[in-house]
Amino acid sequence: MPDSPLVEVDNVTFAYDARTILKGISLSIPRGKVVAIMGGSGCGKTTLLRLIGGQIKPSRGEVRVAGKVVNELDSDALYLLRRKMGMLFQFGALFTDMSVYENVAFQMREHTDLPESMIRDLVLMKLNAVGLRGAARLMPSELSGGMARRVALARAIALDPMLMMYDEPFAGLDPISLGVIGQLIRQLNDALGATSILVTHDVMESLAIVDYVYFVSEGKIVAQGTADEIRASEEPFVRQFVGGLPDGPVPFQYPAAPYAEDLMGVKRV
Amino acid sequence: MFDWLAGRLRFIGSPFVEALIKLGFGTRFFFAVLFQSGMALRRFNLIIRETYYTGVLSLVIIVVSGLFVGMVLCLQGYDTLTRYGSAEASGVLVALSLLRELGPVVSGLLFASRAGSAITAEIGLMKATEQLVAMEMMAVNPVARVIAPRFWAGVLSMPLLALLFSAVGIFGGYLVGVVWLGLDKGTFWSQMQAQVDLHYDIGNGIIKSLIFGVAVSTIAVFEGFDAQPTAEGVSGATTRTVVTSSLAILGLDFILTAFMLRGT
Repeated sequence: MPDSPLVEVDNVTFAYDARTILKGISLSIPRGKVVAIMGGSGCGKTTLLRLIGGQIKPSRGEVRVAGKVVNELDSDALYLLRRKMGMLFQFGALFTDMSVYENVAFQMREHTDLPESMIRDLVLMKLNAVGLRGAARLMPSELSGGMARRVALARAIALDPMLMMYDEPFAGLDPISLGVIGQLIRQLNDALGATSILVTHDVMESLAIVDYVYFVSEGKIVAQGTADEIRASEEPFVRQFVGGLPDGPVPFQYPAAPYAEDLMGVKRV
Repeated sequence: MFDWLAGRLRFIGSPFVEALIKLGFGTRFFFAVLFQSGMALRRFNLIIRETYYTGVLSLVIIVVSGLFVGMVLCLQGYDTLTRYGSAEASGVLVALSLLRELGPVVSGLLFASRAGSAITAEIGLMKATEQLVAMEMMAVNPVARVIAPRFWAGVLSMPLLALLFSAVGIFGGYLVGVVWLGLDKGTFWSQMQAQVDLHYDIGNGIIKSLIFGVAVSTIAVFEGFDAQPTAEGVSGATTRTVVTSSLAILGLDFILTAFMLRGT
């Protein structure tokens, strides 16, 4: 099914205990594309990524990756599917007791019987792709935030995944690292023929590299479109989000009693 | 009235229910570790690597503590036994005390403080920094790859450390008894050789330390894996490892000793 979407989220509802995070959300990620899922903090973006990766199961609905219903797979089948996925965590999640080289070699050693000489070549190729071949012998504690993110990216693409997932890849980076990571996401996606999902709230960096955007707010898709469509959108939420406006559909004030009432002490908080 | 009573009962009962739930999770986790141990046992270098961190790095505290415990034991034993004209039996007292009880128990307590807390903190921090989730997303089971090697390293290290503790303690007793207090060297060693039974004294000591190793390792890896992924959570888990392990060692020691003595 080369033309069918690689990832389909079909009417998914998810709740942590009594708190509903996603409310009947549906979206699809076409093969070969870089798709961003944007929204404010706590809107359920990362939860979506965790559902796609099979870390959690939806309360209702289906998540399909490459035609397989992720939430119905047993652990063996899920692990088999995950071998074709790569994930970049917000702060890299590098194994701190291993060097950069060992981090990138980790999956190759765990999942393949490749000889050490070939693993070495592959690791150096992956590190070269992110510009850190010279840092192979360093430990994660010796890396800057941007370097750690790039090493994590090299580790995530170690087995040439068909699906790459990025959880807030731009968070806390300086402008140079930010541009580097953005370009790497786009270039690696195209070079590997992969499909990428980008969960982020960094608008400008994301719009520069993605093919399509979904906006999530309060557990629902509130807007979607290509980068140009998003930039031209008149949708109030999109305008507030893209423009970084303090007030709008997402209110500045947390719900509270009327201000005057509070100040006069008529009603205690 | 009924609501008040129910509230009181809940207040009293909930800690016990929570403790019971945790015990259940811990037991399931223990069996999951055993079930997932295949990879660690096949790739023995993973266990050897962890044995270095849990066992080899605990050597200093074990050796120093063993030496001083042995020396103090001999000093106290000599002082008491001299009153009954049996000062030569000091060596036997030191050896039996160490091999039967103090070796396994004190080295177990030290192991829980030194290695158990380190294991919990490491696993807890791996969880807090998403390393365990990252491993799962790479289709590698963290219980098999991270937990099982640490568990087996602890189980293997504990009896060896206990034996070393006893051996060094006996040497400490020799230093005090023979070198310092002037006991006859031949009597010191020959009485020890005659009185210490390989199966009953040394064997039972090894069995005890092995069981303590299983208990401490299980508690340490479980607390780390179960820790809240925050600084406070990891700190609490580390403390719980030391406290729970210490209590478990003391409780198990009593039960094991009761069984072992009944056999004579």
